[in-house]
Amino acid sequence: MSRQPYVRPMPKASWYLGNARYRRYMLREVTCLLVGVYCALLIWALAALSSGSPERWGAFLAAQQNTAMVVFHALALVYYLVYMTFDWFKLAPKAMPVQFGEQKLPGSVIVIGHYVAWIAVTLFVLWLAGVLQT
Amino acid sequence: MTLKTRQLELEVLRYDPEKDSEPHFQAYSVSCPEDWAILDALNYVKENLDTTLSYRWSCHMMVCGSCGMMVNGEPSLTCKTFIRDLPDKVRIEPLQNFPIERDLVVVLDDVMDKLQRAQPWIIRQDDPPPPDVEYNQPRAALYKFKQYTMCINCMCCYAACPQYGLDPSFIGPAALAMAHRYNLDSRDQGKSQRLDILADHDGVWDCSFVGACSEVCPKSVDPAAAIQQMKVDGAIEWWKQKLPGGKS
Amino acid sequence: MSIARKSVVWGLFAAGGTLSAFLFPAVIALFLLVALGRVPPGLEFANLQAFAGHWVGKSALFLVIFLSLWHAAHRLRVVFHDFGVRRDKAVANAVYLVAAIGTVMTAFYLYRI
Ligand code: SF4
Ligand code: SF4
Repeated sequence: MSRQPYVRPMPKASWYLGNARYRRYMLREVTCLLVGVYCALLIWALAALSSGSPERWGAFLAAQQNTAMVVFHALALVYYLVYMTFDWFKLAPKAMPVQFGEQKLPGSVIVIGHYVAWIAVTLFVLWLAGVLQT
Repeated sequence: MTLKTRQLELEVLRYDPEKDSEPHFQAYSVSCPEDWAILDALNYVKENLDTTLSYRWSCHMMVCGSCGMMVNGEPSLTCKTFIRDLPDKVRIEPLQNFPIERDLVVVLDDVMDKLQRAQPWIIRQDDPPPPDVEYNQPRAALYKFKQYTMCINCMCCYAACPQYGLDPSFIGPAALAMAHRYNLDSRDQGKSQRLDILADHDGVWDCSFVGACSEVCPKSVDPAAAIQQMKVDGAIEWWKQKLPGGKS
Repeated sequence: MSIARKSVVWGLFAAGGTLSAFLFPAVIALFLLVALGRVPPGLEFANLQAFAGHWVGKSALFLVIFLSLWHAAHRLRVVFHDFGVRRDKAVANAVYLVAAIGTVMTAFYLYRI
């Protein structure tokens, strides 16, 4: 009897296509591009702000106001919530389980805690920005 | 009461290292009672249709961990994958990411070696222990790691892990879960010994938290969780050492 | 050494991921409001200057941008690997460099405010 193991290598660049679980993972990973884009936008905003001139700030705001940006932000918001924020919360209890004595805190409690905290943080940021002041 | 039966079309990947240059599918039609598992159907084929079919199994009760195969693309223990949950056409392949030895039997040498490297046993610095000493462990301490003791080394998690598939030098989910299990054990003192192997380039950091391993694990071990906890642990340890007053 | 470096890289990635998971939906919503032409009062020049001028606002903005950038850079490195680009050293240098430049720019602009 001779051994001649047959190796089935994974295709390096297309391995995730045929598997729903892998595709979902890739959709999550590319959210890093959105994080990058919004970091860039924030830095751009800081640049305008730090010039010290209200005109340049006004020009920055004006540059943001067009239909393409509306569509982009709206799509980005939905995508980001689904694949970044909610995914991150879903995985959080795995990375940091909580145990009191003999009892493990159910993962769902940790996830719900994240949602509550997230709503609070979001309201706080919106309040800071003056959205909630009427 | 007679059980309903269903005609199942099995497509089984065959590979004979002495004759074949590459694997090919072979079809078998088996009339299966609805309470059969895929393993029963394979046993039927072996006993009645084709005695040359090779596959591993032993206990038929989710304990031995030897009957892991791909069932319709999903890494599964075939003794707990039931006909009633499957369509009429079922594709059975050897576990993904492993070389095929013959038919549904894969080469496990690599992961056997990796499990060893995780040093999945209790390490004491005061070895050998005095003969009259018991290492007591409160229940709360046991529950910290109990889920990781459930692993039966079926290697379904390796078959699901794309990072292992892409780069087999990655030490992989079950071995890391094992290492974590002993790191968390209050009787163990070997954490620093395991750190070198696990935090190295092919250790925990190669995992990108796909989580596929945990989703397919038939024993709910959740190796992905173990790996993330080890990463968190590593990061916290580092900061502890850097912060003023930390042990260095 | 490499153990230490990897845990730091990953620790910053995880911290940045947590921050951006919590905060960026609100940030995106604010950009959406601006794009719609409904600039909230907090984003008017004077108010924002006051916010970013205070050391609390400064540090918060710096931490959020620095850690989020780091998070994005590290994940992008993995994305390159997952898409089959195997020149990890070069990719790592490039993405971390971009993150570093962004961080320095953030610090500079915040300093000027
Ligand atoms: S962790 Fe689960 S899937 Fe992996 S070898 Fe152990 S029992 Fe099998
Ligand atoms: S979580 Fe890690 S070990 Fe598990 S499948 Fe994903 S990359 Fe592999």
